Amino acid sequence: MYQVGNLVKELSDKHGRMRESLMPILQEIVQKHNYLTDEAMVEVARELDISAAEVYGTASFYTFLDTQVKGKYVIRVCKTITCSMKGKSDIIQTLEDMLKIKIGETTTDKQFSLIETNCIGWCHKAPAILINEMPYTELTPEKVSTIIKDYMQK
Amino acid sequence: MENKGLNKVDLIFEKIEPKEVLIKAFKMSSAEIIQNMLDSGLKGRGGAGFPTGLKWKYTAAEKSSEKYIVCNADEGEPGTFKDREILERVSDKVHGGMAIAGKAIGAKMGIVYLRGEYRYMLPKLMIELDSFHKMIKEIGYDFNIEYRMGSGAYICGEESALFESIEGKRGEPRNKPPYPTVSGVFDKPTSINNVETLVTAMMIIQHGAKNFTQYGTKDSRGSKVFSVSGDTPTPGIFELELGMTVQQFVNVFGDGDTKAVQVGGASGFCVPRKKFAETIIGFEGVPTGGSMKLFNSSRSMYNLLHNYLDFFTEESCGQCTPCRVGCQQLLKGVEKVKKGEAKSTYLNELMKLADSMKIAAKCGLGQSVGNAFKSIVGNFREEIIY
Amino acid sequence: MINLLINYQKVSVQEGTTVLAAARKLKLNIPTLCNHDDLCVAGNCRVCLVEQKGARTLIASCATPVLQGMEIHTNTLKVRNARKHVVELLLSEHRADCTKCYKNQNCELQSLANDFAFGDHVFLDLVEDHKYNIDRSSPSFIKDDSKCIRCQRCVRTCSELQYVSAIAVANKGAHQKISSFHDRPMSQVVCTNCGQCVNRCPTGALVEKTYIDQVWDAIYDPDKHVVVQTAPAVRVALGEDLGYDPGERVTGKMVNALRQLGFSSVLDTDFSADLTIMEEGTELLLRLKKAMVDGDKKVSLPMFTSCSPGWIKFIEHKYPEFLPNLSTCKSPQQMFGALAKTYYAKKRNIDPSKIVSVSIMPCTAKKFEADRPEMRASGFKDVDYVLTTRELAVMIKQAGIDFRNIEEAKYDSIMGDSTGAGVIFGATGGVMEAALRTAYEIVTGREVPFRNLNITPVRGMDGVKEATIKIEGCVDAWKFLEGAELKVAIAHGLVNANKIMKLVREGKAPYHFIEIMACPGGCIGGGGQPIPTNMQIRKNRMKAIYAEDEHMVLRKSHENPEVIAIYKEFLEKPNSHKSHELLHTHYVERDNY
Repeated sequence: MYQVGNLVKELSDKHGRMRESLMPILQEIVQKHNYLTDEAMVEVARELDISAAEVYGTASFYTFLDTQVKGKYVIRVCKTITCSMKGKSDIIQTLEDMLKIKIGETTTDKQFSLIETNCIGWCHKAPAILINEMPYTELTPEKVSTIIKDYMQK
Repeated sequence: MENKGLNKVDLIFEKIEPKEVLIKAFKMSSAEIIQNMLDSGLKGRGGAGFPTGLKWKYTAAEKSSEKYIVCNADEGEPGTFKDREILERVSDKVHGGMAIAGKAIGAKMGIVYLRGEYRYMLPKLMIELDSFHKMIKEIGYDFNIEYRMGSGAYICGEESALFESIEGKRGEPRNKPPYPTVSGVFDKPTSINNVETLVTAMMIIQHGAKNFTQYGTKDSRGSKVFSVSGDTPTPGIFELELGMTVQQFVNVFGDGDTKAVQVGGASGFCVPRKKFAETIIGFEGVPTGGSMKLFNSSRSMYNLLHNYLDFFTEESCGQCTPCRVGCQQLLKGVEKVKKGEAKSTYLNELMKLADSMKIAAKCGLGQSVGNAFKSIVGNFREEIIY
Repeated sequence: MINLLINYQKVSVQEGTTVLAAARKLKLNIPTLCNHDDLCVAGNCRVCLVEQKGARTLIASCATPVLQGMEIHTNTLKVRNARKHVVELLLSEHRADCTKCYKNQNCELQSLANDFAFGDHVFLDLVEDHKYNIDRSSPSFIKDDSKCIRCQRCVRTCSELQYVSAIAVANKGAHQKISSFHDRPMSQVVCTNCGQCVNRCPTGALVEKTYIDQVWDAIYDPDKHVVVQTAPAVRVALGEDLGYDPGERVTGKMVNALRQLGFSSVLDTDFSADLTIMEEGTELLLRLKKAMVDGDKKVSLPMFTSCSPGWIKFIEHKYPEFLPNLSTCKSPQQMFGALAKTYYAKKRNIDPSKIVSVSIMPCTAKKFEADRPEMRASGFKDVDYVLTTRELAVMIKQAGIDFRNIEEAKYDSIMGDSTGAGVIFGATGGVMEAALRTAYEIVTGREVPFRNLNITPVRGMDGVKEATIKIEGCVDAWKFLEGAELKVAIAHGLVNANKIMKLVREGKAPYHFIEIMACPGGCIGGGGQPIPTNMQIRKNRMKAIYAEDEHMVLRKSHENPEVIAIYKEFLEKPNSHKSHELLHTHYVERDNY
């Protein structure tokens, strides 16, 4: 859990307090903190003068606007057909073994979350994953383990 | 049926001096630009294939002091990655195409809706957008572009869902009419065009409509960018003239053992080997936004179908009954048949359901689930059952 | 005018009309589910699909405007197959335990299924594929997600009519659902318990929390004395659930039926509505006096009415800084409750611990109100059980009472007398009208200057109404009001309440007194009223309320003999110490999510 402090107010000053400001504000909170806490959503609702249920309803529509606790690094493994044909399962196995979590879980130190996602647009370089915003492609178990080791040392 | 064979073209990624094209375009009247598009026969490159000239004409005809040109960069169709590549390599042409479209319809404001999965590109795009704005200013023209990000929702590629998302809401498709040309983003007349369409439009202004019409067929003019993946030795992005058969495509891109090609992604059609020769890739045959996935004989078509249905079950916005519940029924239905818990004849019921979804769902997503379902089950029924 | 053909029949309608409305003009029946007259178009259930000649797909008739020369077919094979599939799909995600469902026989999905006569429908059951929640946390209603068909009527109601949005659509795809803020229990969110969503839910996904069994237990407990009070709006709507047309008054039959059900004493909330006028009217005059004579700048004006518990919860959540502007008067239901276990108990010589106090209300928020910890002035829970109009109809059916053929009867005494002023509490503007009838007379010694006492400017269905009453010829005690213009406003439906509250917050509301009712039309359109409720039905009920008023001998609260008596014998005078103890309350600030 993080404290939102003045963040929502600052973001509302930056993006405005119209309904159309909602997505950019939520996106920036997630960029900074990886997920939306209830407190953050209530604050956003207050700033934009819309209901908190609507903020939650909107956030929960978008898979990148997580409303559950997520780690510092969110690993999204593409599960759509090409990645799935080209070794997605081995990638997931490697990640699960390294991080000692299952798909859908977050490490206890809140460093990594592992989830599956739909097509991320790298089918020609499958299998592919996103770590936060960054795509990693043409993965092999070896390649992915080097990448994760790098992140572990960050 | 016209058959142009497989020809590689280099128009989209060709490096040009956009300033000159824009100066040329801004000297033209709105009607002239639109006429060029109509003459070229350009159809939208996102997949639906609505004539671009008509879209611009309708939007131009609306009387409103505020209009928008929206660039649909929410490329989410499984197997499509061409828009990413276009934005990576020639974003100046995308921005330029938007300015030309803006001139045509009378919009001073452009919005690029970029899918959340491509956020990593944003810093570079912002720099390129700055140069674009500087150039436009130099020309002495008033046109502004903003980027809005998606956040992981396939359905936001549907035009009205995309507007809802820009407006800060759930990406749920709207009822139509009114169409975007009358009431689009912020309820203003809007022309929404795919990334590649805008680049193509710019190329048409540069080289003239006539140049464009020499490529392709009567129903599918020009060339387009294909995203090739799956069982192929050469996956990647290829610009090809329209009007080839699937067989000609497979001859070049197949691995020698191609059993089926999924044309147009999860919402497209599955073409089996026996129909390769007779099927033209284009609006007269199987249309595609560019996604071409090849499957060789080692692949299970049940897995393919299951993967797609799982995709739609998650990515449906959920508001209309045929799509929300229909996708779940198709998915659960094929699972039961596969496990032997439902009779194989249950597939017939599901085929009828898929037919209903095609005509009963609220938007293009729900209406196109039936495409993949019917073509995969229709052509590979044995694989679904056993 | 737009001319089109529907099933080869010509029809002419205004531009902007939907295909559905045009078809209805031809008396063609197109089934609907997500459509509701009070709400904006959704077009998401797809039950109303029809075929448009030349169109690639079917169209949703509720969401498609007519076009010149359009050709529509409502009953082709394509339409029937698609529509049948749609209903089958809805059934497959709906926990169809119909005969055990509270909404059995009053469910729009059930009647559609009945029309199609599916028998054993073909699709797989999806209900158990999802974790679903049955939220019983609210004292007012139950939200059962397993019966939800995602028509979003509730969401639109909560947002468009009530400006609350305690619920919204959450998630997407197969996981899409109607959710409170992050799935919190309904008792812990901004919900006002108004029940407007319950009234519009086509299935059993939202139903009132029922206390019928508890009331039966009390009635059959020989140790208990069970008193029942009936709110004014119940008598003009109860009939609808028992075979009458909307707007038929069934007061006398209702009283008799309640007696036959076994209630020890059948009494009238109208009595305490009259009492409310005495208390609230006096409170208003005292606030005006403080402001105008004493120059007290801290007096909270405008004063807001406090009869509607949905409105109370709304202001507690959304405009807590204005809680001091609320009248401190309890609602008529709670005044009645507090007196039933004190004054009534004393007069009738009954041990108050043996009294069970039941109220019949057009309202689901009243269930919440009765549970508020403040509502124990008598030393007991002042009102033990609140039943809606619908629940009373259920009890009457359970008891096998032949409602249509029973005699009419009169309320018991004491606390059964009422005036026309108490009756009109049930319609928007009614409290204002009743208050003006009394306050004007207190101040001037004359009747309000409106023909036949009907203060028409405060009546009607406009969302926000305003009126100005010039006060002239004051009696000595109220001379300071001479020549003053009393400005009043009335709002019904919380979306309209919000409009007024915004003005108040901006300092742009020049009013002294504002009546607010949470529900559209006031209590006659309450969340506990018979289903369906729509504009025409609300109008019929409203007409009946004013007819009831016109038929009364006494039409001013201060003339109610039992009200006069209670002040003489028990309360002393309005706003007395005793009144404050029993009849007034306070409010709490609540979170806005």
